[in-house]
Amino acid sequence: MTTMIDPPKADGFRISQLLYDTRYRAITIQVIAVIAFAMIAVFLLVNVNRNLASLGKEIDFGFLSNPSNYDIQQVLVDYSSQSSNLRAAYVGLLNTLFVAFLGCILATLIGVTAGVLRLSKNWLVAKIMTVYVETFRNIPVVIWIIATMAVLSEALPQPRAFRGENPDASMWLWDSVAVTGRGTYIPRPEWGAGSIFVVITFLLSLVAIWAFGRWSKRRFEATGQILPNVWIKLAIFAVPTLLVFFILGRPIALVSPALKGFNFQGGIQLSNSFLALWLALSVYTGSFIAEIVRSGILAISKGQSEAAFALGMRPSRTMNLVILPQALRVIIPPLISQFLNLTKNSSLALAVGYQDLRATLGGTTMNNTGRELECMLLMMMIYLVVSLLISSGMNVYNKSMKLKER
Amino acid sequence: MKKSVFMGTLAAAGLVATGAMAQDAGSSTLAAVKDHGALKCGVNPGTPGFAAPDASGVWKGFDVDLCRAVAAAIFGDPEKVEYTPLTSAVRFTALSSGEVDMLARNTTWTFSRDVDLKAEFTGVNYYDGQGFMIPKDLGVSSAKELEGATVCIETGTTTELNLADYFRTNGMDYEPVPVESFTEAQNQFLAGACDVYTTDASALAASRASFENPSDYVVLPEIISKEPLGPLVRHGDSEWGDVVRWTLNAMVSAEELGVTSENATEMAAGTDNPEINRLLGVEGELGAMLGLPNEWAFNVITMVGNYGETFEANIGESTPVGLARGLNALWTEGGLIYSPPFR
Ligand SMILES: N[C@@H](CCC(=O)N[C@@H](CS)C(=O)NCC(=O)O)C(=O)O
Repeated sequence: MTTMIDPPKADGFRISQLLYDTRYRAITIQVIAVIAFAMIAVFLLVNVNRNLASLGKEIDFGFLSNPSNYDIQQVLVDYSSQSSNLRAAYVGLLNTLFVAFLGCILATLIGVTAGVLRLSKNWLVAKIMTVYVETFRNIPVVIWIIATMAVLSEALPQPRAFRGENPDASMWLWDSVAVTGRGTYIPRPEWGAGSIFVVITFLLSLVAIWAFGRWSKRRFEATGQILPNVWIKLAIFAVPTLLVFFILGRPIALVSPALKGFNFQGGIQLSNSFLALWLALSVYTGSFIAEIVRSGILAISKGQSEAAFALGMRPSRTMNLVILPQALRVIIPPLISQFLNLTKNSSLALAVGYQDLRATLGGTTMNNTGRELECMLLMMMIYLVVSLLISSGMNVYNKSMKLKER
Repeated sequence: MKKSVFMGTLAAAGLVATGAMAQDAGSSTLAAVKDHGALKCGVNPGTPGFAAPDASGVWKGFDVDLCRAVAAAIFGDPEKVEYTPLTSAVRFTALSSGEVDMLARNTTWTFSRDVDLKAEFTGVNYYDGQGFMIPKDLGVSSAKELEGATVCIETGTTTELNLADYFRTNGMDYEPVPVESFTEAQNQFLAGACDVYTTDASALAASRASFENPSDYVVLPEIISKEPLGPLVRHGDSEWGDVVRWTLNAMVSAEELGVTSENATEMAAGTDNPEINRLLGVEGELGAMLGLPNEWAFNVITMVGNYGETFEANIGESTPVGLARGLNALWTEGGLIYSPPFR
């Protein structure tokens, strides 16, 4: 320990000082770490290059523009087996984003509900939520995905069960929804002439709702009067759109799926692979979000709710106006990482044959072209970019929710 | 000071890397296999008749016999094989990364696999084609009536590509249900999650044979592609390719020449047919040229059997799979099976 207080020797620098002199030691360790890292990186790169060269495969991304030659089950944009591998990867990416986006929404709904209910004073409700959280987060998500898929495809009737005079199965909701072992078919909107006006009116009402909210809040702050906000907002939401819809003679029609040939045709198909992945990911991630929400709420000191009650606030208002706004600050950062987890876990789509980015670019394309390294690098890059975008978007929201110090 | 440390380590890194390089150069697969003491063979995870573990966990099948034959040729012991079950999607990666020494796994010989994927096909052990299977009660009698059907396909196969081409050129729509393995495909198909199951006709037959009620399912008459299935090795090691190629040829030649597992020992005493003598190592040094013991082919034939014998034992008409020789009869009997001469 004497080195700590030793004044630097006047007679110059000795090698041993690199190790024993605290002024240099930190730098020495860092230099060694950097060098070790560089060595490993160089070694890996040299190795990869050498192995690729000995296989006769140089890195080459040319395959991306060749026709993919395979079909994809769920396509959100134009695609055929004549489209390029790049297009197939894009279709896969959209499928990834589609299930991830819907998954994040559903997981949040489930998680917030379960998290709040787990704190319920009702013993049964609280226990049920505890059981939900503990079973789901302690079993690997891939097992949930496969199990959901198995239930959907084995337990539900196949399209052919809907056929005949006395079919074994029938459609739901006035014959508009078919739930089958291949997927769920829902009605598809058919956009007639003039439907654009209905859509515009609807969008304008959304803006109006927002404007009304601000106005009524300012009014409340100025006068202290509370309007029946919910009802007014509901009215703005529905009335103008419905009016325009009927005045224009119902331009938007719903086409129900109907059994034609081998399958239901005419509606929108939500394939079972999508449903299984979506539901399993949402329910699984929801169990983590429930815990985050619960701990966020518990983090708010009891004094806050007691103060609110003392002011005569009802429990629901206390929750909405006092507890949740403060709890959100604790909840959002870990919520971001759950969204990222869900997005990355969506690559388990493989297990049920949902064709996401992993199954197209990192699956069939990689297999047909033999370009493992290129496909993997591209895929890692894409997932990285998607994750960074999600977390930066959520960070913006987080900033806006932060305690504003004035 | 820091700079020289840095340079020193860079130099060391360079040494490590070149050291690793030197170690790998000139490695031969045959030597590596002999060193390892067993052949690492990539097989199908479970298609009855072609490759599947039996009740006691021993791998059995037509493709498995090819692995056993190569092991018999090298070691004189057909049991010296380590099997790696590979799905369609991972087989080429497993081969090119060196996880297996050869693939004997109903893999179709195509241009791009041979040239672009850097695999080397060493022959064809089964001439196949893609077919369709469908439940009888759907009342379909031709593949042309499959408009709008839901089709189960395994990803990473030629099947997937042929299917896309077939439906597109016939102007029909279909809904693909991609699956990862043979078992999953069968489960989905039996559960009715797809109307049609399509793959190589041989595998369809094998799969249908394993169903509880095979007669509830029909295989449609159309064969929509050529699927020459055969063993393959990594590109770039021709000596090793020769070992696998000529092991298969030895099995075919044995059938052509009437050498069977039963009469081979007797014939090895010497016959008046010089080709049989060369094949069985009685005459010449063919084994040594391959880097194998001279009785390599004799071992293959006595321990595994000739081509016809393994065909009949695993997938022939007396087995549950029940395939006729058809295209896979010897060329002298109207088939395509033919071996270059042993001389
Ligand atoms: N011959 C085709 C298809 C070969 C193939 O993978 N067939 C499937 C269907 S029989 C299979 O063997 N699957 C076994 C498995 O993955 O479990 C090819 O080489 O691409």
